[in-house]
Amino acid sequence: MAPLVVSGVSKIYTVRGRGRGKFTAVNDVSFTIAPGAAVSLVGASGSGKSTIAKMITGSERPTSGSIRFGELAVERLHAGGLRKYHSRVQMVFQDPYAALNPLHTVEYTVMRPCQNFLRMSPARARERVYELLETVGLTPPAQFAGKLPHQLSGGQRQRVVIARALACDPELIVADEPVSMLDVSLRADVLRLLASLRAKRGLSLLYITHDLLGARVVSDEILVLNKGKVVEQGPTKQVLQHPKDEYTVQLLDAVATPFATAGTAPTG
Amino acid sequence: MALLEVQGVNVVYEPTRGQRIWSVRDVDLVLEQGEFVGLVGESGCGKSTLGFALTRMLRPPARLENGVIRFDGVDISTLKGERLRRQRRNGFAIVLQSGMNALNPVRNVEHHFGDILKAHAHAGEHYPGATVRRRGAELLGKVGLDATVLSRFPHELSGGMRQRVSIALALALEPRMIIFDEPTTALDVIVQKAVIQTIKDLQRENGFSAILISHDLGIVLEATDRVMVMYAGRIVEDQPSKDLVSGPHHPYTEALLKCYADPRADEIHLGGIPGTPPDLSLPQAGCSFTPRCPLVQDICRTLDPPLSPLGHGSAACHVRAPSAAVAGEGVKPVH
Repeated sequence: MAPLVVSGVSKIYTVRGRGRGKFTAVNDVSFTIAPGAAVSLVGASGSGKSTIAKMITGSERPTSGSIRFGELAVERLHAGGLRKYHSRVQMVFQDPYAALNPLHTVEYTVMRPCQNFLRMSPARARERVYELLETVGLTPPAQFAGKLPHQLSGGQRQRVVIARALACDPELIVADEPVSMLDVSLRADVLRLLASLRAKRGLSLLYITHDLLGARVVSDEILVLNKGKVVEQGPTKQVLQHPKDEYTVQLLDAVATPFATAGTAPTG
Repeated sequence: MALLEVQGVNVVYEPTRGQRIWSVRDVDLVLEQGEFVGLVGESGCGKSTLGFALTRMLRPPARLENGVIRFDGVDISTLKGERLRRQRRNGFAIVLQSGMNALNPVRNVEHHFGDILKAHAHAGEHYPGATVRRRGAELLGKVGLDATVLSRFPHELSGGMRQRVSIALALALEPRMIIFDEPTTALDVIVQKAVIQTIKDLQRENGFSAILISHDLGIVLEATDRVMVMYAGRIVEDQPSKDLVSGPHHPYTEALLKCYADPRADEIHLGGIPGTPPDLSLPQAGCSFTPRCPLVQDICRTLDPPLSPLGHGSAACHVRAPSAAVAGEGVKPVH
């Protein structure tokens, strides 16, 4: 189990077209995710959080700074090395509709990484699929294995995406807004699933969101990003209860909950 | 007279292959002049479909099966062509979900305004460039945007700005009723708050009646005076917003409220509702919420509860709002 250490990472894009210039998407960001820890990156759109996720999973390279996963220098990985890295660090995306191939059954989708990364025989892969479906609460697995994405609810689809991400037994999951497209009534279950995966498998989690409630429920530590810079960082509950930065206060004020409006804390 | 009176609206989706889906079932509602009402429900509950039905925007395979939609005294449910078009001027407007994506990508904002104004111009009314620009700037000002936005193309604007442009376009014909269908989906939490505030301010200043459709109960409770909760195609609760927070009537609303919490609270118990909404291509026997309801009784499985008065509003629940009329009715015919 390796820690993820992000040090002084920046990402600067060169803007072409009408007037050239440079756009700094991520500005000197540093943080660590210890094995088994859960860290949230929160901020509004354009804050750079998704760019950071892309650099961590290797889809983008930092302009400067380094990302170390244990001994591995992530920003220098290519081809084979990157592939191996992906069996240890997996991503769960926001849109459960776009993340699943509409023509493939659940079983096929979840089998792919088992065959690609773990080189399992079809029979063994199928067994693994059933284990994974159980793990994510899609039970009985036989009922879900043959379904196509359009036959599932958003929450069920997202569980399939998580099952697929778990297939090669990763050490770290990068979840980019995993519940924001789900109905509110289905979110708690998916968040609880992520929490239990941490507890049972020692999985580390990087939770990226603009939803502070999700961040609070899922993570121990929070980083608040504003226009590419970290403006506040610390234990989640503490930062949300005693925000120091004005931007954090803005994010908190923008959360629309019935109870915040009424001025009473929720019970039970 | 209420601005909008709706009785017995049913909308069915009839795909060429596959089952018919009754996505809006027997909906009655009333919207008074100047009222700002919320319509809340989760995916597939029929709220957007209802919004389209009320503004006569349904397209095949969706069809308004029956019902009366009286706008300012005129039944618009069967109007067609020119007579329907005329109702949209000084009548009703809708701001679509992801309205930002409804903007023509190869035309600038000024062109969009020109389009609307010219399409609905009365005989003899002209809209030369200068007039369009003046009126456009005025409308953009109402949504907090600068006149320079007129010369921009949609891709040059942020999501929040595009949504504001959609709202400004809806205001162009000075409608007396605007339906906002999920105006803040795809916007982040800060922009969301700003857009909702803009909508609230506009509604107050211009006095139009408005329906805010959203799956987010938090936003709706903050912005509106009254909330209607929809489940499986029916309205199951209707209450003033303040009362709904402190005392929800329907078990679904109660469960939904428990899915929200203040991230600053000391202890957080996040609720969820087990199960999923029913498949509306199948006939519904009794109350649709039965499989997920903690208060189920025998009558719930056979009889769909009518929306009955309760407290300051109404609720469709045999347990919370037992209806005397129901006692002698027997089993209601089912869709």
